[in-house]
Amino acid sequence: MVVGIELERVWLAFTTMTHDWTHLRELESESIYILRETVAQFRNPVLLYSVGKDSSVLVHLARKAFYPGPLPFPLLHVDTGYKFKEMLEFRDRFTKQIGARLIVHRNEDSIAAGAHPLKLGVARCCGQLKTAALLHALDKYQFDAAIGGARREEERSRAKERVFSLRDAFGQWDPRRQRPELWSLYSGAIHEGETIRVFPLSNWTERDIWQYIVQENIPVVPLYYAQERLVVRRNGTLIPADDSMHLKDGEVPEKVWVRYRTLGCVPCTGAVESRATTLEEIAEETGVAKISERSTRIIDHGANTMEDKKREGYF
Amino acid sequence: MSSNVLRFTTAGNVDDGKSTLIGRLLVETQGAFEDQIEGAKRENERRGGKGIDFSLLTDGLRAEREQGITIDVAYRYFATPKRKFIIADAPGHEQYTRNLVTSASTSDLAVILIDARNGVVTQSRRHAFIAHLLGIRHFIVAINKMDLVDYRRERYEEIRNDFMNFIDRLGGAAIYCVPISALEGDLVTERSARMAWYTGPKLLELLESIEVDDQQHKLHFRFPVQLVSRPPASAEFPDFRGYMGRVASGSIRVGDHVVVLPSRARTTITGIVTQDGPLQEAFARQAVTLTLADDLDVGRGDMISCEPQPPQVRTEFEATLCWMSERKLHLNHRYVLRHTTKTVRAIINEIDYRLNVNTLERESPVTEFQTNDIGQVRIKTLQPVVCDPYSVNRQTGGFIIIDENDDTVAAGTITL
Ligand SMILES: Nc1nc2c(ncn2[C@@H]2O[C@H](COP(=O)(O)OP(=O)(O)OP(=O)(O)O)[C@@H](O)[C@H]2O)c(=O)[nH]1
Repeated sequence: MVVGIELERVWLAFTTMTHDWTHLRELESESIYILRETVAQFRNPVLLYSVGKDSSVLVHLARKAFYPGPLPFPLLHVDTGYKFKEMLEFRDRFTKQIGARLIVHRNEDSIAAGAHPLKLGVARCCGQLKTAALLHALDKYQFDAAIGGARREEERSRAKERVFSLRDAFGQWDPRRQRPELWSLYSGAIHEGETIRVFPLSNWTERDIWQYIVQENIPVVPLYYAQERLVVRRNGTLIPADDSMHLKDGEVPEKVWVRYRTLGCVPCTGAVESRATTLEEIAEETGVAKISERSTRIIDHGANTMEDKKREGYF
Repeated sequence: MSSNVLRFTTAGNVDDGKSTLIGRLLVETQGAFEDQIEGAKRENERRGGKGIDFSLLTDGLRAEREQGITIDVAYRYFATPKRKFIIADAPGHEQYTRNLVTSASTSDLAVILIDARNGVVTQSRRHAFIAHLLGIRHFIVAINKMDLVDYRRERYEEIRNDFMNFIDRLGGAAIYCVPISALEGDLVTERSARMAWYTGPKLLELLESIEVDDQQHKLHFRFPVQLVSRPPASAEFPDFRGYMGRVASGSIRVGDHVVVLPSRARTTITGIVTQDGPLQEAFARQAVTLTLADDLDVGRGDMISCEPQPPQVRTEFEATLCWMSERKLHLNHRYVLRHTTKTVRAIINEIDYRLNVNTLERESPVTEFQTNDIGQVRIKTLQPVVCDPYSVNRQTGGFIIIDENDDTVAAGTITL
């Protein structure tokens, strides 16, 4: 009798799982586990909220992870002063709506000094407005863990990144000091001054992200949807051109149907030509994308690679 | 149930063609993008090569690219309409043990590469042995560089039989063999006219179809508590107290009797809470919040488990340990042990033997372990550990050892 019930349950479990347990459920559940481990192991974690699609998924997962409780950590947005205005509007509306605590941090000194990629070069500009600002914010608020939306698939140097990634007291990443990560045992053991970057979306691909956004109907910044926008063509990349301060001499803006695959700063974010105006169309387009999304980020090109950025404390 | 995601590891000797194979899989399933492929092409041309060198696609950090070798586990992703694949790619050089232990710990299948010219060599055996030790029970033996042995069937069969003879000794493993040329593309994602004698599935078909039949949900219910949920009172949840975690194994239904360990308190499941709505039942791998009938003192590190067949509660156990640190193991030294969601103080008080991974012989007496040593040890913990043997349950049988520098120095599997 008892055996019969046991068997029935096993069979039931098996059939239910094979039907409903999609790769998205598996990824979701892993990410929720990681977010909970972060809160369990750290004194003062923060979620780095960049307003992009990966951040949106991250916040969505965090709300699921701690339901019915509130988010147990604040969201930190490092604002370079060059973010799209649609991003800032979305940020303020969304965080208010979900009742999250939002911290906006800016490197005011560099912004006042007029830091701009066309003046400083992309690498130095990022170094001041993003990396330095982030490290300063972590220090100011004494955060010991910073949760980010980076994915291993995004870029070659991220393929070996840990889920719990150790940074020294200067925020720097040393490949030789990263701990082995086995099973789902993530070690948050750190010394005074060290911090951990946590990457709950490590195993997600861009395609997974869009499929999940569709499945869960997660709100994202309208810039991800295709629309006719004013752009200039620079080195094969489409750069937003609604503000002339970001243009080089002689560049003439044109109107093109485009959308953004990643969102960064206005002068450094390239658009892609697209007619995808719904989430489903975007997901569809991503499924067959031939170019990696990072290629539209100027920061990853040139001599100063993502690897250097990471060593210096960037994400 | 994991049929929609396959996590696998790759192992092979330096130059057996692992990078070439993975590069080809990524390119031919569109797991690599055109600009990345272009980058690999340019890099190859800069070095005086021609066309695309698939192996350059998967090289990671600059330091290792410059050295031409890989130094750690890299994770790669691709998908076909049938499955999502997560590759944990472990390098083949002499530091392989700790890398392979790491990559195998999260994998359900191992692809072992063999150079058809060399056949089964010591390293092939080591790789299979370590993967097996970490609980992998599905192996694809990819016999590569068939182009260099004129695609000869006899050579393939000779190597296959060699490997089968060896793996038989490990027991309980399902083995699939396939002859390929990673460089020329035979039988990776495309069929091969040059190996028409091979009628089995090509490599990608194997990856898409092998049922790793994750036993995890058929095992007894185990739920390591990650956190206690005590949200501020709301209309819907005036006085909520729940236990957050991910089901490590088995399944649970509302109304089930459970026991909380190590306290051994008994109670009943009253609810399975998720933001998507309450559930009647939850299964292995699902992240949920459980509510209990009684107000018990339950916290992080406790294990909620089914009443019959509960896990063991131990302060002393035996384990197979892989030493990963450059600093050697000290007997009776204070370490920290992390197991499920529990962290305890521990000492390693005895080494039974060290395994020679080449000969599989047990070496003793031994008083220390160095980097990449594997062997059997006895461990004592200050607080109890709630566990199952690793051979039964991979989620509740594995642990790591952390030293006073906060470094993870070893990984172990409990043998009890
Ligand atoms: N002829 C032939 N050569 C191959 C084949 N697969 C790989 N090779 C070559 O073997 C060499 C080593 O291949 P890799 O893919 O770099 O080998 P690996 O196993 O990844 O080695 P490491 O990256 O050093 O760990 C390269 O020159 C490849 O072009 C094959 O099927 N046939």
